[in-house]
Amino acid sequence: MMSGTVVDSSSPTAAVPGDISGQMLDVDEDEDFEVFSKDATFTDGSSLNASMQTSPGSMVNQYKFEEEDEQPDMKDIFVTVDNPESHVTAIETFITYRVLTKTTRSEFDSSEYEVRRRYQDFFWLKSKLEEAHPTLIVHPLPEKFVMKGMVERFNNDFIETRKRALHKFLNRIAEHPILSCSEDFKIFLTAQAWELASHKKQGPGFLSRMGDTVRAVAATVRGVKNRPEEFSAIQDYVEEFSQKMTSLDKITQRIIREKKEYLEELKECGPIYTLWSGSEEELVEPLKQMAGCLDRCCRETEEQVQQLSNSLLPILHEYVLCSETLKAVLRRRDNIQAEFEAKNEALATKKTDTEAESKVLSLAWDSLVGKDPEEVKQQKQQKLKGEIKEMKEEIDKLEDKLEFANNTLKGDWSRWQKSMRADLRAAFTCAAEKNVEHYEKCLAVWESFLLSQRTEANEGGEGDDS
Amino acid sequence: MMADTGSEEIAVIGNTDLTPSELENNIKNTMVEKGATLLKRMEISVAEAEKRTGKNAVSMQETYTVYLIETRAVDGASEGANPAPDSLWRRYSEFELLRNYLLVTYAFVVVPPLPEKRAEFVWHKLSADNMDPDFVERRRVGLENFLLRVASHSVLSNDKIFYSFLTQEQGWKEVVFETGFQAKSDSRLKALNATFRVKNPDKRFAEMKHYGDELQSVISQLLRVRARVADRLYGVYKVHGNYGRVFSEWSAIEREMGDGLQSAGHHMDAYAASVDDILEEEEHYADQLKEYLFYTEALRAVCRKHELCQFELEMAAQDLTSKKQQREELATGTVRTFSLKGMTSKLFGQETPEQREAKLKTLESQIEEGEEMVKEKNAECEEFVKNAWVDIERFREQKDRDLKEALISYAIMQISMCKKGIQVWGNAKECFSKM
Repeated sequence: MMSGTVVDSSSPTAAVPGDISGQMLDVDEDEDFEVFSKDATFTDGSSLNASMQTSPGSMVNQYKFEEEDEQPDMKDIFVTVDNPESHVTAIETFITYRVLTKTTRSEFDSSEYEVRRRYQDFFWLKSKLEEAHPTLIVHPLPEKFVMKGMVERFNNDFIETRKRALHKFLNRIAEHPILSCSEDFKIFLTAQAWELASHKKQGPGFLSRMGDTVRAVAATVRGVKNRPEEFSAIQDYVEEFSQKMTSLDKITQRIIREKKEYLEELKECGPIYTLWSGSEEELVEPLKQMAGCLDRCCRETEEQVQQLSNSLLPILHEYVLCSETLKAVLRRRDNIQAEFEAKNEALATKKTDTEAESKVLSLAWDSLVGKDPEEVKQQKQQKLKGEIKEMKEEIDKLEDKLEFANNTLKGDWSRWQKSMRADLRAAFTCAAEKNVEHYEKCLAVWESFLLSQRTEANEGGEGDDS
Repeated sequence: MMADTGSEEIAVIGNTDLTPSELENNIKNTMVEKGATLLKRMEISVAEAEKRTGKNAVSMQETYTVYLIETRAVDGASEGANPAPDSLWRRYSEFELLRNYLLVTYAFVVVPPLPEKRAEFVWHKLSADNMDPDFVERRRVGLENFLLRVASHSVLSNDKIFYSFLTQEQGWKEVVFETGFQAKSDSRLKALNATFRVKNPDKRFAEMKHYGDELQSVISQLLRVRARVADRLYGVYKVHGNYGRVFSEWSAIEREMGDGLQSAGHHMDAYAASVDDILEEEEHYADQLKEYLFYTEALRAVCRKHELCQFELEMAAQDLTSKKQQREELATGTVRTFSLKGMTSKLFGQETPEQREAKLKTLESQIEEGEEMVKEKNAECEEFVKNAWVDIERFREQKDRDLKEALISYAIMQISMCKKGIQVWGNAKECFSKM
């Protein structure tokens, strides 16, 4: 049994239990239906990093949670996603991205890797990570399908935005003390296409996954009875947060739309002033300059809209997706607890059964079939004791599993909050900065107009000035 | 071209804090400088607007707005004594009457226009309702502007009717009607609407008319686009108010981020609210453009009047020529031109020498009259052309000056808008960085 170390979310260097596979999670593409598969034991480390089951003390060194400012010397895997390329086959067209890895970790044979991956591969990686770590918070992937309003899947802006999101996805994993040690992650970064394909085919078989489906469904249906207050609080927060992010996403989209429409109208002003200048004599210069200023302001506005679309909006959208991830993580934790509770109840029932059993009916039956009542009774007692012992062992495992799940979640939750805060602070600060820049540029445009008018005035004046 | 004494000088380079109203004062000051007569002696303003209800011509109850005209003598040697102004109330229809009188009486002047009767080129926020306080306020300003323009015009400002408009509370309408201008007004309207061909129009007037048409077209386009742009800009700013609301709600569930979010939200609200003032100021620019849009009508009217004069001259000349020809024919007995009289006389016999004598005499007197007429019309035309062209030149200079000022005030407005934006987003950035 693991000694449960309660993770204090306010302490940045809280210890977290080692990277241990809990239940293997097989997430359907639909994501609505989560299937619990094989119930792996704690010692199953075949798909994971070697360092596990170490003492809490040494774990602290390895899996320290980062401070708010990432210490650059802590980071030892650098991943870049770039260079999207289109591939056309007989069946389909798809995009691959180059994934470049530079690392000093000893687990990696080399210090540099270059591979090409497509979206499917990223999706596979995410599923594997969630399987292995049901209560860790994995940064979301950009959505599989195009968002409404996009015309083509292979439109340049779309690809660029997706590329950045994939880059962020991998880097978040690389920065995570536990997830970055995942074998699947390593293979994703290093394996050749065929190696990856064959590795993907491995994994728990169908039947074993089926077996646990029933239990999982039962647990989900049953629901959790005694959820700890702190997780309820997190759930309430996530609910609110999700709504706020969705609102901000929508508002930002609306602002972009309105700005584009404003831009369309503004574009018509300059040409009219130019047209007007054709009818005038004295006013030719000012009118032409007016047209010039309006055209420049249009260009600045265009740039501003671009920046809004490419910088702020994707991040807001990411956090809308994050909310869904958080909800799923909380659900999975709940299910673990539900299963534990269910087993506990089963044990209690069995114990009462045991008491009852020894009393009435079976004695009568046994005497009928001519067995020695005492002997039979002994046999029965032994059998029951055995069953109860088994159940108790299972329950102990489940209890450990639950405690582990809770602790990892708590730890990752505080980690997530910090990175969310940093992300959104940076995103909004940057957006505000861009707006300031936009206005500064427009200000310069109009000030230069004023300057030229006054210069003209002084030059054409009645000789008072030089 | 531009008034450049110290007090009227446009703000020095680098000072972009001149507000549009200060610029308007510059225009007014220029009006005072440039040969103003009445304005030199008298301060004029349209100080207030009020709603009244009363019975109209057909005894129906109606609500209308009246405007308070205040006048005060400018005493050169005033020792700080500031006597109370004289004042009277006028409604828009009386202004219209005054203007129509001026149009007819001084046909060679490009008469300043009135502010629009109904709100046009609106964007969605402004109601097109004549009772809307913003509309009434802008109209008040426009009416004052009209009076100042008339009072600063070297010719118009001397008009008695104009003077009594400003000073005579009762019975002014009767006085106007007594001038009989309306009779002339009908024929003038006819002139404006009639199509007639002039053989030798003054090229300058034809060009001016063409220019007026172009200016009207281009300003109309500009005003239409501007209204749409204003509408869109309003939308952009107002949506940011939603940020304010959501940030505020979001701050409620956050601990460390709460304060930063909350204050950022306030700045978003401020940003959204700032567009109202911005568009209010922009409306002023639109008004300046509108004044010149309406001026084009006055310009066109002068050009048409010239055409009418010219036409009448040409008609008179033509008439004279034909009469002279008739005389010649009668005198020499040759029929050069076909005439029904000639034919009938051929058919029914020659006329008697007495009859011929009588005809000749009539023709002679007609020719004399005709020559007088032509002389008169010629003089009229020349006079008109001379005076009109002077006023057109004056108008042109005024237009160039005013529109340049308008463009500058637009730039100043944009600068002010940008500065506000920089401030708000700078503050928001501060708050965000503390999130």
